[in-house]
Amino acid sequence: MSEYNFAYLDEETKRMIRRAILKALAIPGYQVPFASREMPMPYGWGTGGVQVTAACLIPEDRLKVIDQGADDTTNAVSIRQFFEKTAGVAVTEETARASLIQTRHRIPEMPLTEDQILVYQVPIPEPLRFLEPRETETRKMHALEEYGLMHVKLYEDISRHGTISTAYAYPVRVEGRYVMDPSPIPKFDNPKLSDCPAIQLFGAGREQRIYALPPYSRVVSLDFEDHPFEASKADADCALCGAGDSYLDEVIVDDAGGRIFVCSDTDHCRARRAAGHLGAEGAPYEEADA
Amino acid sequence: MTPLLQVRDVAKFYGPRVGCEAVSFDLWPGEVMGVVGESGSGKSTLLACLSGQMAPDQGVVIYDTRDRGPMDTRAMSEPERRMLMRTDWALVHQNPRDGLRMGVSAGGNVGERLMAVGARHYGDIRARAVDWLGRVEIAAERVDDRPTAFSGGMQQRLQIARNLVSGPRLVFMDEPTGGLDVSVQARLLDLLRGLVREMGLSAVIVTHDLAVVRLLADRLMVMKDGRVIEAGLTDQVLDDPQHGYTQLLVSSVLQV
Repeated sequence: MSEYNFAYLDEETKRMIRRAILKALAIPGYQVPFASREMPMPYGWGTGGVQVTAACLIPEDRLKVIDQGADDTTNAVSIRQFFEKTAGVAVTEETARASLIQTRHRIPEMPLTEDQILVYQVPIPEPLRFLEPRETETRKMHALEEYGLMHVKLYEDISRHGTISTAYAYPVRVEGRYVMDPSPIPKFDNPKLSDCPAIQLFGAGREQRIYALPPYSRVVSLDFEDHPFEASKADADCALCGAGDSYLDEVIVDDAGGRIFVCSDTDHCRARRAAGHLGAEGAPYEEADA
Repeated sequence: MTPLLQVRDVAKFYGPRVGCEAVSFDLWPGEVMGVVGESGSGKSTLLACLSGQMAPDQGVVIYDTRDRGPMDTRAMSEPERRMLMRTDWALVHQNPRDGLRMGVSAGGNVGERLMAVGARHYGDIRARAVDWLGRVEIAAERVDDRPTAFSGGMQQRLQIARNLVSGPRLVFMDEPTGGLDVSVQARLLDLLRGLVREMGLSAVIVTHDLAVVRLLADRLMVMKDGRVIEAGLTDQVLDDPQHGYTQLLVSSVLQV
């Protein structure tokens, strides 16, 4: 513990990141450049999210880290251990008990509260990137609110697939101003972005950008009048807990094409099973599972 | 009546070298102005200055806007100028790859300008895209194909559709028929002439091909070494060239 400054980064770096976060909160959806540091993990593993988390952590925090909704995957476990080791903060897997949640590509099923901060890991912060490769041009487009191109992408989806097939990283407009990439969360989670009581922070380490949604921001998913936005999920119930309203992962269970759908939010699923809910394939909940 | 575009003493220098110099003319509504000259004579530089792609070092370019009357395009703010580029103006590049989004379907290419000014109804956008593809003689079933699957002539026609869909008043064309074979050129010229007359477009066409200006342009400017050396009605300049260089240019056209 004594070998590291609290939460790994030095105090000057954390101040720099906090300034970027404050600016991002003041201009919802605007990508604030910051001097991203090298972290002891490869780019693409959440270096942006980790730096934002490090800048926000206080010793009293209780940290939860999820990767695609799961608390027990490699990325989540290693980042959780990283902060246990370098910050000595308490950790939890329960959404309700966490004060700071770092997430990769999901928003927890349980509604967040005003006492929580949600930190997203962002691979590519620029929603216009794949349509317009020039950074100078995309910045100008943001500055001048020229967002017609975003709809060209959705138009292409419909013309090719009949519906808007973009299923994740679905572009949103924040407070009627900036178009923002919500990180690769499934579009099922898009409605949760809007009017959320928690602070939502987005960190992109390799691209050196931080952006944010202050509590209760208005976030609208882009769509066409005759092809409205639809939050979609697999058409099934969770096989373990029976939930019909949570986002599901498809799991292959044998090599004969057998598959089940289970909650992607492991804590949500565990809590439901603990409360006695049981899905088609689920075993009764035992405390040892947890 | 006020001219649509008033150009006064425009000059652009590349260091000590002259791009174009002392160019002045008026473009009236519904008029097509041709600019001819050899490679390096400053045609493209002039077009870039007029269309706001490049800032001229001297002179003014005054455009008669729809809502606020004549305005100096250099004094406009950047959002205003970019708005003009998307609505009232159109720019047809010599190479369709410069003017099209090659990764986006034909329909998306045509619809982009509509979406840029706020169209948000997929069915309407698509219907207008199909309509415009028909007007430039591209079959409606190609609407979902990417421009990479199109021939050079089709790409050029698609670029024209993409530019004209917003109902512009002023079109800048840089060698619109360059790189196309003669039969395709002829059809494209025929199409362009029809569209220009039908929509009452004003246009500035830069080309080195005298046949193009003969067919399309009402008036003609001949450029050499960055300066306009002769200007007048197209037929007058081509049939009775006064300047030595123009005489050379006219006599250089190969007769079949």
